Amino acid sequence: MTQELASSRSVSIAVAGSGGAGAMTTGNLLFDVAAKQGWFGTLTRTLGPQIRGGEAAAMVRLTTAPTSSPDDFFHVLLAIDWKNVERFAAEIPLTSDSIIISDVDGGDVPEVISRSGAKIVQLPIAKTAKQIKQGRPNMIALGILAEMVSLPERTLSDMLEKKLGRKGQEAVQSSLDTIKLGRELAADLPVVAKADFEQPAPGERMVISGNEAAGWGAIKGGIRFVAAYPITPATEVLEWMSSALPKLGGSLVQAEDELSSINMAIGGSYGGIPSLTATSGPGLALMTESIGLAVASEVPVVIVNVMRGGPSTGLPTKSEQSDLNIAIYGLHGDAPHIVTAPMAVEDCLFTAQWSVHLAESLQAPAIMLSDQFMGQARAAVEKPEEIDFGTKREVLTEGVEGYERYAVTDSGVSPMAIPGLPGGQYTADGLEHSPTGTPSTQDAHHAEQMDKRLRKLTEFDYADHWAAIEGDGDIAIVTWGSTTGAAREAAERLREFGINAKLIAIRLLSPVQPEKMAAALAGVEKMLVVEQTHSAQFFRYVRAQYDLPCQAKAFNRAGPIIIRPGEIVNEIKNWS
Amino acid sequence: MNQAASDIALVASDYKSGLKPVWCPGCGDYSVLQALTKAMASLALKPEDVAVISGIGCSSRIPAYTSTYGFHGVHGRSLALSTGLKVARPELTVICTGGDGDGFSIGGNHFMHACRRNVDITYIVMDNQVYGMTKGQASPTTDPFWDSALTPGGTGVSPFHPLVIALASGANFLGRAFSGDPKGTAAMIEEAIQHPGFSFVQILSPCVTYRPDQKDWRNKVRPAPVEATSDPARAARRLMTDDGFNIGPLYRGEREPFKLNQNNSSTETYDFTGQFEV
Repeated sequence: MTQELASSRSVSIAVAGSGGAGAMTTGNLLFDVAAKQGWFGTLTRTLGPQIRGGEAAAMVRLTTAPTSSPDDFFHVLLAIDWKNVERFAAEIPLTSDSIIISDVDGGDVPEVISRSGAKIVQLPIAKTAKQIKQGRPNMIALGILAEMVSLPERTLSDMLEKKLGRKGQEAVQSSLDTIKLGRELAADLPVVAKADFEQPAPGERMVISGNEAAGWGAIKGGIRFVAAYPITPATEVLEWMSSALPKLGGSLVQAEDELSSINMAIGGSYGGIPSLTATSGPGLALMTESIGLAVASEVPVVIVNVMRGGPSTGLPTKSEQSDLNIAIYGLHGDAPHIVTAPMAVEDCLFTAQWSVHLAESLQAPAIMLSDQFMGQARAAVEKPEEIDFGTKREVLTEGVEGYERYAVTDSGVSPMAIPGLPGGQYTADGLEHSPTGTPSTQDAHHAEQMDKRLRKLTEFDYADHWAAIEGDGDIAIVTWGSTTGAAREAAERLREFGINAKLIAIRLLSPVQPEKMAAALAGVEKMLVVEQTHSAQFFRYVRAQYDLPCQAKAFNRAGPIIIRPGEIVNEIKNWS
Repeated sequence: MNQAASDIALVASDYKSGLKPVWCPGCGDYSVLQALTKAMASLALKPEDVAVISGIGCSSRIPAYTSTYGFHGVHGRSLALSTGLKVARPELTVICTGGDGDGFSIGGNHFMHACRRNVDITYIVMDNQVYGMTKGQASPTTDPFWDSALTPGGTGVSPFHPLVIALASGANFLGRAFSGDPKGTAAMIEEAIQHPGFSFVQILSPCVTYRPDQKDWRNKVRPAPVEATSDPARAARRLMTDDGFNIGPLYRGEREPFKLNQNNSSTETYDFTGQFEV
């Protein structure tokens, strides 16, 4: 039990199984117990398209310091069974140092898995589970893994009590007994990680998914009305908000489609209530016409778009960053709007709150681009700090004679009358209009209103929230969204190799920040643009929108195989 | 509006913005504007507490011609805008307006779902059986043999029966009015606004430019021969056999309206941290 397999700072474990095998339960419990014990980390999941059941794998990375990056490979793959594992074998990279644990009665290890050269350990998983009344193989798996990660019994039994207690004491005891047998089965296996936590984290650790964090951040920002149409992988944002909103006097309505949900949100916001909808690519495509309406009528609204692989129905359960183009360029006409992107699970909280702040302050639609990888991942993180942006919509407080809803102001923002205010009556309009809102086809009105709508976005102070800039050096890794985690870890590893790499991860995709980017790129000779798209959308965007004083190269790949830090390191090391 | 001003009874013209409509001379929609403003005056609604919402089309220009709050949105989505506004701000009176193309073609799905959702809003459709703003194409309520440049010889497609669809989908008040009778139309709108839940009023509003034949509607319309019923089965039978020219309230439903949250304020706080502690 002394073999040091993983680095002391990080271990990655995948738990696979067919539908009903409980692989996700094993992964989630392992993750929660580890988080309770003090580990940081991320749990991602890969799923097939099945409605219920089908193949599933929980992919856990535990680390001693906060990270949002995946590792390059998994130290341990535990398969409760091998059904359909070939469908996502490529998502679980293994090396000859890895350990594969499978059921001795579960058949041979499939070639796609065994060709990694990893050490194979076959254990009587199902048979041992049968020794316990109602014992389940996935609890044997949990026992094995708990032993391999040195998770104390007490922390595990407390967690089981908390999570399974509602099923009755008998179920909890049966699980604990099964886990104990699993621990015994692991007696001859190496300990893959042992963190020096003297005691469980003192209540400061939090486990949250990106979708939950987005919903929570939006509520912190002031969202009190949501219109919803379900779509994978965004539905959890809406479901979480549905039960959260009533606690604050807010409400959620299920719409008949995305054409409706975006318009309901615009309607609610026109009524003065900060409003939001959440969707994914196909839904965003349906919404684009009405997002243009929000631009023209200057109604704040937030659209959380959790990206999946496209085009069309694409890969609904798999991550990609390929809605970048439609989010930035998808509206017809010249339609200045805000596009933001969180960089990690916990950053969904900050970026959602900030997106509400921007939409409300600028009376414009804000599209926040999250993705399946971070949306449906669970992260063990520190509790967030309270942030107050001082979000306040500029409203008309008293009726005035000849009120101009679309008055041309220096900032571009004009006070908005909220229905109910006497003397503020106006008609919001998607037609081009004069300052009073009266429809107009005059070139002067079109020009001044276009300028106003652009100016309010370009003149705004986005502070240093527009990007995360870390480190210094003549090589920059430029990225956005969930690939930031891998890019950050790659930069750290490069520094250990003596290569000074700078990370530039962009949170504000639109409007662009030319001066800030120029400052960030000062002294940079080479930039590697990292993204999860097939056509290098972000690379093209960076090249089109910014003056680049350096060589630029794309490192891009379509989903669902996520980009891992070692690949970025190699890409830079091999760039001569 | 201060107290003194609100004590002065408003008349129909107070609900007009004074903006000159884009409509053709003789358009039925002028009378609908007259009826709508008359109904609001009669109900003594405060203009600031009313929102008139629309989509795209000739009749959808109506919000800017009122002195209330208004929203002229995109084509076909007026009911979604209206629903969002009413759910977020239940205390407002929300009146959704538009034409037959906007409401029944591009907005057809929202029409059905607005009926079944039964949010307390009033939907006024000025039905002239033609797309006027795009200069004369067939709409869902157009006769199948009506000739147009886009569909020579007619669409060959049976017309949509909005009132039947609305009833089947769960609307709570149904009525048909004729713009040539502004007084009757105003009374109908007044009742629709007061009726709880989703109220739908189909107003026959002739297009003198592209459907000059509709001048004859004046001779075809007649008061509905029987009182409105609250029995959906009976209403369905009547509507299925009516020729489209019976005028008056046709159905007064008793469904419970969509439950509205009365407290969409952003001032309350709640700490969700506990939900995520491990």
